[in-house]
Amino acid sequence: MIIEQLSIFLNNSIGRLSEVTGVLGTEGINMKAFTLSESSDFGLLRIITDDNEKAVTVLKRHGFAISSSKVVFIDLQDDTPGSLSIIMKRISDLGISVESMYAFSTADGAKVVIQADDIERCNKILMK
Amino acid sequence: MYYNEEIETMSREELHRLQSERLVRIVKYTYDNVEFYRKRMDEHHVAPSDIKSVDDISKLPFMTKQDLRDYYPYGTFAAPAESIVRFHASSGTTGKPIVAGYTQNDLDCWSEGVARCLTAYGLSHKDIIQVSYGYGLFTGGLGAHDGAHRIGAATLPTSSGNTSKQIMLMKDLGSTALCCTPSYALFLAESLENDPDTDISRDIKLKVGVFGAEPWTENMRKELESKLRIKAYDIYGLTEVSGPGVGGECECQDGTHLWEDMFYPEIIDPVSLQPVPHGNRGELVFTTLLKEGMPVIRYRTRDLTYLDYSRCKCGRTMVRMGKILGRSDDMLIVRGVNVFPSTVESVIMEFPEFNGQYFITVDRVNSTDTFDVDVELRPELYNGNMSGILKLKDALTWRMVSVLGIKPAVHIAEPGSIERSMGKAKHVMDKRKF
Ligand SMILES: [Zn+2]
Repeated sequence: MIIEQLSIFLNNSIGRLSEVTGVLGTEGINMKAFTLSESSDFGLLRIITDDNEKAVTVLKRHGFAISSSKVVFIDLQDDTPGSLSIIMKRISDLGISVESMYAFSTADGAKVVIQADDIERCNKILMK
Repeated sequence: MYYNEEIETMSREELHRLQSERLVRIVKYTYDNVEFYRKRMDEHHVAPSDIKSVDDISKLPFMTKQDLRDYYPYGTFAAPAESIVRFHASSGTTGKPIVAGYTQNDLDCWSEGVARCLTAYGLSHKDIIQVSYGYGLFTGGLGAHDGAHRIGAATLPTSSGNTSKQIMLMKDLGSTALCCTPSYALFLAESLENDPDTDISRDIKLKVGVFGAEPWTENMRKELESKLRIKAYDIYGLTEVSGPGVGGECECQDGTHLWEDMFYPEIIDPVSLQPVPHGNRGELVFTTLLKEGMPVIRYRTRDLTYLDYSRCKCGRTMVRMGKILGRSDDMLIVRGVNVFPSTVESVIMEFPEFNGQYFITVDRVNSTDTFDVDVELRPELYNGNMSGILKLKDALTWRMVSVLGIKPAVHIAEPGSIERSMGKAKHVMDKRKF
């Protein structure tokens, strides 16, 4: 399914990361998933929250550079070995380029978040 | 409209002849009357007889603000004390100020320069000109005042400060022109907007703004023009050379015409001190062709700009100066290459993704200069995409390489994370020990 993910630009510092989580915590916003990708001097924090609209408003108010984008969210009910590689193969076969991807595991199975250049097509083939 | 059509539109050949005649005279005059010039010229093995036209000007030595300080107060005066009728002084941040002395002829030339500017802005004896530059040692107030008087306008000498009184008189008397610094004009405009008793389009009769004494941007012009419903024009000058009115814009608002018949401009490379080809940027240098009280010969202003000798649509033949791009004092030499922070800034401004804040750090590691440029993202244009930001970083790096000739290490930072300084923004840290 297609859901919204927030991306926050951070100077490469752990302090800034805890400020983001602090702001969200104070406002009562829950992070459902997060991942941090880093380059040599900055990092992009990608989060999915239970109230994205409010998260954008409060983080902007705190001066963060933030943008939201659509991502494909996959719930791997059958968390069997190899299921992720099947997904990846399907994407690459269709020539969709992936900007970022991360997976996490919860009590009811693994979840995968994919940010790609053609999100509609990516979603369609993965939902088959 | 021209104040002095004959001079302002004279052919370049005629102007060259006039400038040459005046340069020969001023060089002889300063050599004969001022020990400072005599000594300098002797040291450079150049005699007044070597100067036959303005083409010979590069034979003459330069002078700097330090020379004016060293010879304070009277050391560079050329006229006898009894013929000086006025003094002005520039605000020195440290030590002694720069003091200028004017004869009556000097004041007449000065007010003519201002009068030419005011006429070019479309002002005449029918206008009410509110002079909100400070009156006193600063050349702004009295300079604009004398120019306004010269065109027969009604002068409203409010001087600076007391904004509520400025606004009251502006409304009640119906000022049609405002002379002040662009930053004060902006403050005044905001005060007018916030004044519940004022409807700018109904109560304010201003049509022209005469702004100078500090650099300002095209964006400030747009803001002032829309807030005050005026045309905003630049007036340029400096105390060492005369005061405001060394030049000014015309109705085309496409460069500042310099009154070359009185103030001869050159652009030099601040390192080699050689003249640069026409149109190239470099340091602005002035020679006063008519001044009697305190002339200057090849005075280095430290202002970086360029000159455009192409014919202006307004019909004036006088050269146009571009925006002041920075100060030559700010120049850095990194890995043997001259780098002006203003150039770095203009490259950054080409990218809408950055907000214009920047910081340059130069250091030396293992006997090699490091050159780091921090820029801030503009939050509205952040798209959350890692590959996009890395591409942007590459694009800025390579644009800098092509413009500056050296490769910087670009760091993209969060909006608001580069330290802001009060007043004049500090953009450079040079950690090298020489
Ligand atoms: Zn013109």
